[in-house]
Formats: sequence, C-alpha cells, structure tokens
Amino acid sequence: MSVKTMKKLINAPDAVVREALEGMEAAHGDLIKVNYDPAYIVRADAPVQGKVGIISGGGSGHEPMHGGFVGRGMLDAACPGEVFTSPTPDQMLEATKAVNGGAGVLHIVKNYTGDVLNFEMAADLAKGEGIDVEAVVTNDDVAVQDSLYTAGRRGVGITVIAEKICGAAAENGKPLAEVAEICRRVNGQGRTMGMALTACITPGSGEPSFDLPDDEMEIGIGIHGEPGRYREPLGSAHQVVERLATAIVEDLPYESGDNVLAFVNGMGGTPLIELYVVYNELNKFLSERGITITRHLIGDYITSLEMAGCSITLLKLDDELTGLWDAPVLTPALRWGA
Amino acid sequence: MTADQVRDWIRRFADEIAEHRMELVRLDTAIGDGDHGTNMDRGMKKAVEKLDGTDGGDIGGDLKTVGMALVSSVGGAAGPLYGTLFLQMGTAAAGKDELDLDGWTAAVEAGVKGVQSRGKAEPGDKTMLDALFPAVDALKEGGELGEALDRSAAAAEEGMKATIPLEARKGRASYLGPRSIGHQDPGATSSSMLLRVAAETLK
Repeated sequence: MSVKTMKKLINAPDAVVREALEGMEAAHGDLIKVNYDPAYIVRADAPVQGKVGIISGGGSGHEPMHGGFVGRGMLDAACPGEVFTSPTPDQMLEATKAVNGGAGVLHIVKNYTGDVLNFEMAADLAKGEGIDVEAVVTNDDVAVQDSLYTAGRRGVGITVIAEKICGAAAENGKPLAEVAEICRRVNGQGRTMGMALTACITPGSGEPSFDLPDDEMEIGIGIHGEPGRYREPLGSAHQVVERLATAIVEDLPYESGDNVLAFVNGMGGTPLIELYVVYNELNKFLSERGITITRHLIGDYITSLEMAGCSITLLKLDDELTGLWDAPVLTPALRWGA
Repeated sequence: MTADQVRDWIRRFADEIAEHRMELVRLDTAIGDGDHGTNMDRGMKKAVEKLDGTDGGDIGGDLKTVGMALVSSVGGAAGPLYGTLFLQMGTAAAGKDELDLDGWTAAVEAGVKGVQSRGKAEPGDKTMLDALFPAVDALKEGGELGEALDRSAAAAEEGMKATIPLEARKGRASYLGPRSIGHQDPGATSSSMLLRVAAETLK
C-alpha cells in the first residue's frame, strides 16, 4: 500500500479539537464561552432563567455542528468529543448544569450507540442532581434499514433543523415537554440521505476511511466516513439527486401538496457552486411531484471533515414549524432576524 | 480476594489492554470504527492513575473510582458500558475490604446486569455480554475461589470465540449485517481479558 502524506492545516493530531475550540472562543466571544475541562461550548448568557435549556453534542469533525449552533434561538450548549468519537457523560452533565435555568433541559442526541449511551448516563446523573431532563434521539437517515437487528437509523441532517426549531420554541417560553414533542415531530417528519465523492481522513488515523476509486461514488454514507449503502459509477448531479431524493420521498412518503424545508448540505469538501446545482435539480425533482419547497438551507452545516459529497434533508412543514424556523437566531454559523 | 488484590487486578487489566491495544484495534477496524483498543488503553491508564491517588482499602470505593474514570475518559460505547460494569460492581461491594466467592460473584453479576440494562443487548447479539454471561454462570457453580475464577475465565474465553460466527445486532457492527460474521467481537475480547487477569491475580 502506498503511504500518502496527510495534508491538513493542523499543528498536531491530538491538539486539533482543543485548538479549534480556542479559535472559536477567540472569534465568537460575544456569543459563546468555552469550558475546557470538561469540554463544552455554552452561550455567553447561560443559564437563561425560566427558559428550557437545549444541549447537543457528538464527535468533532462535523463543524459547524454542534458548537457553531450555540447561541440565542438555537442551542444553549454543545459537547464536542474527539474527532468522530462520542463525548463523555461528565461533559454533558456539566453542560446540562450550566444551561439549567430552572425549566429543565432537552438533550438532542444523534442515533449512534456511543452518543446514545453517553447521553443516557448523563441524563441519569443530571436527574440525580434534581434537574429535569428529556432526551430526543434523531434517526432520519433512510440509507440504513431500520430493524430490530441493527442499531437503527443514524441521526444526520435533521439534527441541525431540530436544533434550530427547538431553540426557537424554547426561546418562545414553551415548557420542556412541549419542546421535546416538537423535536420528535421534526424528527418524525424529516428524512435524509447522503453520498460521497471521496472518503475523509481523520487526523488521528491519517488514512482514508474507505477506498473509493476515482470513477465511483458511494451512495448512502453516514457522517463518520463509514461506507454507504452501495457504490456505483460516478454520475451527474441530476442522477445523484434522483437517487437520494427518490429514496427520501418514498420513505416518509412526501406527497403532492406537501410544503417542505429542503436542506442541501455539503460534506466539507464540496464547493457551494455544486450545492446550488444540486439544489436546482432537487427543486425540479420535487416540483414535478407537486411538492413545494417553501424554506431552504444550503451550505456546509453537518460535515465529515474534508469529504466531498452532499446530503439532502427534507422536512414536511406546517405553519407552526415554519414560524419557528423563521424566528430569529444568532449563533456563529446560523444567524438571521437578530 | 482482598482490596489489594482487587487493585492488582485492575493494574493487570490495564497492562493487558496496553499490551493488546493493536489487536483490539484490528478486531474493531474489521467490524466497528477501530478505536476500541485506543479508547480502552486511554481509559485504563486514567483509572490506574486515579487509583494511585487514593488510599485504598475499600473495594467498593476503588471499583467506583475505576468506573468513573472510564466513563469520563473512554467515550464511544465502551466508556458507558465498562464504566457501568465497574460502577455496579462497586455498589455491590460497597464498604467491603475482602470478597469471598459469593461476594465476588454478586459483584460481577451486578456489573454484568448493569451492562445489559445500559446497552440493552441479549446473549448472542455479538457483544461483550457473550463473554460476561458465561463467566457469571461459571462463578455460580461455586467451590473454591481460585478454581471458580479459572472456570469463569475459561467460560469467558469460550464465549468470546463463540462470537466469531455470530451476526452483530448491536452497535456500529450491526450496520454490516451478515458481513459481521466471521469476526471476533472486540468487546467480548476485552471482557475475556478482564476475567483472565482476575484468575491470574490469585495465583
């Protein structure tokens, strides 16, 4: 096997997470504070008294998720793990305490075994300290067959949208049970599928997460460089959108007359011009089926390091969810109306 | 088993994990995300460091120290699972300075039950429980402590090897479906090591 040199803008593989946190703190000190031991990012004015606190977390390497979504109208705190490794319960417990304004705390957890187990332990510990905690697990990835015999569908793109919408609901003063219910509704009405043109390289391993020949693409990837559902010869943006959108639309299903939020996400190594080509194809695909895009999000929001590729997420909207999506948000990576 | 021997067991486990770190990484690369050896090594080094900073004498307290160290340093799925194993063992052995076979069996059984309720796995799902369950059964056969520990180590090893033909139904390996068949489960492997060094501690 030929040895390729890892080309990354880093100082040392084991310093990446901490130095990126220091950079975020230096850049966005007006919005967030960073705690280093244990590691969590928390909004600068936390805890907000009387408001439900919302925290999320997961392995690093998916930036801007989750740290970039901490701020008014979205997350109260985010717990970063090592690259592609779940954070630990002590981080989540301290973050939960830091954002508890007396109205309880919602944990938004992506469905990966490590994330789920660590958040469960954290919730047990927090409840032991008298904090009201609810957890919602997102599992929107249609690439994984949901069955009793797997760990279930992975949580991917819908997580970003759930964090935004739940953040708005909490900001509006909704109680914990209601914010959790809205989160479950967003997850239930949302579906995602992704694809990759290249693998990614974690700083720790220095090697590509899978081998993908130059003339092939991987359909149905997750966000940790794991291989997808199947592999096929490289196709056009038109073909890629047809693959992803067909699987998504048929799964829920989304039907003629539906209004949707369409989220075209870059995996980290895809130029914005290509994401707009994908969005254009998606818009045509959905219009032909009588599905109307009434809200959209386009860009790199839930990434896999330098992986090239994209994911498509659809959320079926109603008036309440649309209003919560439009509400002001002020975070390092997502901001409008504020 | 005295409090000193329990500490010795933990140190031996840390050494065993360090020595076999790459073997665990290789097993995990085949059907998981390849970090089991690295994560467990980091966690057990932290556990030994924490134990060295405390007085000892209380088996329950020591086991809880180990559990908390693992929970806060391992991450992934192994952190909460091994952390829960030691935390529950610690609760069962609270205030004790020596464990006879009944006490040891009760502690291990409490730990294994904790792992099961945390991970919601069943025997045959190709997880660490496939090594741990047979070990508990072997301990329950009674007899002299040293012999029982030998029996439980042998049972765990057999359970570990029996994971090879199984199809994974939990964790990241379950995404592979039938492609997980033919590989030994990394969690069952580290659990088998844990019970083997327990037997060696008393020799």
